[in-house]
Amino acid sequence: MATDAFPAHGAGPGEALAGDNYLTHDHGILSWLMTLDHKRIGVMYLIGILSSFLLGGIMAMLIRAELFTPDQMFLTENKYNEFFTVHGAVMIFLFIIPGIPGALGNFVLPLMLGAKDVAFPRMNLFSWYLWMTGAFFFLAALVVGGLDTGWTFYTPYSTQTSYVVVAAMMGVFILGFSSIFTGLNFIVTINTMRPPGMTWFRMPLFVWSLYATAIIQILATPVLGITVLLLTAELVFGIGIFDPNLGGDPILFQHFFWFYSHPAVYIMILPAMGIISELMSVFSRKPIFGYRFIAYSSIAIALLGFLVWGHHMFVSGQSALASFIFSALTFSVSIPSGIKVFNWLATMYKGSIRLQTPMCYALSFLLLFGIGGLTGLFLGALATDVHLHDTYFVVAHFHYVMMGGTLIAFLGGLHYWWPKMFGRMYNEAWGRLGCLITFVGFNATFLPQFLLGSRGMPRRYARYEIEFQGLHQLSTVGAMILGAGLLLVGLVLLHSLFAGKRAPSNPWGSGSLEWQATSPPSPHNFEDTPTAGNPYDYSQMHYDPRIEGYVPNKTVDS
Amino acid sequence: MNQTALSSESESGASHADHDHSPFFAHHFESPQQQFDAGKLGMWLFLITEILFFSGLFVAYAVFRARHPEVFADAHLYLDKSLGTVNTVVLLFSSLTMAWAVRCAQLNQQRGLIVCLTTTLACASLFLGIKAIEYAHKWDSGIFWAGMYQPLADYHGDHGLSPFLIGLSVPALLALVIFAVAAVLAYARRARQQLIVFGGLALTSLAFFVGVGCAKAVPVVVDAMVGGDHDQATVVSVEGGRTESVQEGSEDAEQPPDEAPETGPTGFSPAGIFFSIYFAMTGVHAIHILAGMGVIAWLLVRSVRGDFTPTYFGPVDYVGLYWHLVDLVWIFLFPLLYLIQ
Amino acid sequence: MTTDIQATHHGSQDEHHGIGHVIPAPVLIAVFLALIVLTVITVAASYLPLGEFEIWVAMGIATAKAALVAAYFMHLRYDNPLNAILFIFCLLFVALFVGFVLMDADQYRSDLIEMHSPMN
Repeated sequence: MATDAFPAHGAGPGEALAGDNYLTHDHGILSWLMTLDHKRIGVMYLIGILSSFLLGGIMAMLIRAELFTPDQMFLTENKYNEFFTVHGAVMIFLFIIPGIPGALGNFVLPLMLGAKDVAFPRMNLFSWYLWMTGAFFFLAALVVGGLDTGWTFYTPYSTQTSYVVVAAMMGVFILGFSSIFTGLNFIVTINTMRPPGMTWFRMPLFVWSLYATAIIQILATPVLGITVLLLTAELVFGIGIFDPNLGGDPILFQHFFWFYSHPAVYIMILPAMGIISELMSVFSRKPIFGYRFIAYSSIAIALLGFLVWGHHMFVSGQSALASFIFSALTFSVSIPSGIKVFNWLATMYKGSIRLQTPMCYALSFLLLFGIGGLTGLFLGALATDVHLHDTYFVVAHFHYVMMGGTLIAFLGGLHYWWPKMFGRMYNEAWGRLGCLITFVGFNATFLPQFLLGSRGMPRRYARYEIEFQGLHQLSTVGAMILGAGLLLVGLVLLHSLFAGKRAPSNPWGSGSLEWQATSPPSPHNFEDTPTAGNPYDYSQMHYDPRIEGYVPNKTVDS
Repeated sequence: MNQTALSSESESGASHADHDHSPFFAHHFESPQQQFDAGKLGMWLFLITEILFFSGLFVAYAVFRARHPEVFADAHLYLDKSLGTVNTVVLLFSSLTMAWAVRCAQLNQQRGLIVCLTTTLACASLFLGIKAIEYAHKWDSGIFWAGMYQPLADYHGDHGLSPFLIGLSVPALLALVIFAVAAVLAYARRARQQLIVFGGLALTSLAFFVGVGCAKAVPVVVDAMVGGDHDQATVVSVEGGRTESVQEGSEDAEQPPDEAPETGPTGFSPAGIFFSIYFAMTGVHAIHILAGMGVIAWLLVRSVRGDFTPTYFGPVDYVGLYWHLVDLVWIFLFPLLYLIQ
Repeated sequence: MTTDIQATHHGSQDEHHGIGHVIPAPVLIAVFLALIVLTVITVAASYLPLGEFEIWVAMGIATAKAALVAAYFMHLRYDNPLNAILFIFCLLFVALFVGFVLMDADQYRSDLIEMHSPMN
């Protein structure tokens, strides 16, 4: 039954777009703003998060440009503080946390499950509106100015700087709920709406990683909610729980904050790992190695992620005992992460690797995430962290993980599902070039920062000693290359919307269910609920040069 | 386990698919059973977020209580145990009626469903009325959160009306007037459904003032009943008027400190933190009560319209779960805040 | 009022129609009464000189009450066990949060200068 879908809807590259699809089904801005279709909501998320990425990226460019010389160029110290705060807060709360689940997850998850929609479509739309409201609060804070606490909002400074912190807190609170509702929706969808034949261990690994992400979103995000609520009450009423002037305890704030924000790191990276698992297998034309280990390690990372938050607080005044315990526990997270990396390597081993654009991103991820993860060990070790804490080493480390990991995987996933989302193929050569420039620019930006940090350059400073200038300039030049690379990536994708070749149903030859729908899918995804098989079985399909895509081996006569 | 759950789900889905569907059946589900299960799982996940949301407040409580046990023991004497107990019972009873409402919906007892929901709403309102008195008493005597904590040494009970109490009562009074007028209009127009809804809501608003009255009466009654029991009398005196009926020579430990507690170098007292936590915990809880009242009122409208049937009662069940969770939180708040030794 | 409701559905037995489990009326009443009794006990216990055990007694009774509400009013006893597992699972995380922070706050307590902020 499921195999019938191929010839019926994906027979010719032209046929897919000629028919009714979710993009052309309704017209007008209202049909988008009122939509309950998970695919349209995913596209709206995509537009939103890419806009905030642009905003945060411009901030980053300005910061890097200012740091080209040790003295002031165009940003005062106060403006600099505001810029890195807004850069961090926008990138974390508006881009990277909602990014993969909100945009790609929303679009792909129900398709991967062969379902018509997520379990609660209205709640899905509502969480997009919550996201927009939160973004509005952040923009308001940016326009008003004066948000200079850093994205962590540490007390007591945040209670004494400016009331614009209240606006940012409201933004974070609302975005938190957006994130919770997305996670809740995904868990319920995965638990109750899998198609016949799709047991837990036949789910694509991206679904597993979204599930693990959703567990963290459900368990950790509410703690952020109460934290920012208490901080708001602190600012507005002076309830004093975090304010030492009133008998409160600022270290308590850090405990609250990191109880969310450390697991939140895994909200950012887990879906990225899920994408990489898909890409590695599809582009190596080989079943994923160690499926169960990768699936379980996602869940293990989600749970272990809750045990290590104190490693952000080694020099905060946290007790030696707690630092000792948290440092020891921190290393446990490297086990499931290592399992994933080795399984990806083993997947590629003796595979028939195709270096198409998504795979280029996957390989970039492997290298960058490797560096990011391994430098994390230095920071998790108590003795070295005391030296490296709050230096550029930390900045480089988390950019390697967050940007080199999550952003690169996000771009890989975007290139992978782009034909499914918009029905168009982008230019392969230019896509690969974009990936390459991004990779080079990224390393030029952040590798020097490891050196800066280990030599004692503290983070969040607008001015620095002359001895650091060379490395800072290298980093700034790298940032410009990185910016140019990302710009190119954006242009290539935009260009494809207007001039790209029409995409077949299954351009990459993937076995998961979303590729059985047309490109782009119809409003209700599938004509009949497809039957799930092994998502990593590539022996049942072959490449058809006529449509430049893959078709099942047993073509059913119509 | 997962495979069997899946197969049993699809089986029950198949068996239910033949039933005539409720108009509220959403078509991206295979069956009403799947829709119900999805909704219930979703609600449970939401409850988990609620529990973790409150857990932050419990952490703050635990840290500061461990640090200043003596301050907590003293400060809690400003809270009225008898009012706390009454409120606990009220909330437990509302939980009972809510659970019963689910039962009524499952058994298609439409009238019972409406009565149960209205009773739940009224109990919630009663709870808030009692809470309003507690808050007003504290604010009248200068007991605020840490930033504004300045207990008045010369406060002498509630002579006349407290401006804080009036302030807290205004929304309830407005609601009472609006719903009463709406109910009268509905009666005049013979709109039966509207009459039930607005009547129920007017009753709910009225219950707030019943709560206020109760809270005023309870200390007097307790005082009269257990006159000899100086424990209770002492505590009551804290609320009623700090110096009036404190028994001289009472060696009982449960006596509020006569002077304002010791202040730190910046002029603030650690007791302020207790009240910060008290107001944060009870305040967030009260917000949850209000939110719960909102959704129960929505249930009331829908049940009067006859939306709920034995095959479609999900919303009643989910809101019930939420309401019980609010009750659960109070079950822990009550001993932690009111019953410290 | 409760008797009134009982009267309305007297005779209709609690068999399973529709979806979900219907809790028998006597069970609901019994649970409610048990909750009231436990409330009275916990208030009474607060007058006893229990010393350090007071908090554990109070929390123990509260937990018993919570368990009753969860098992019967919230249907956990009759429900898909997944919901109960989720509930207990989340309590583990609450315990983790409370436990770690309390442990650390106790440890660094001696380093604190109460009521003092470097920001003054």
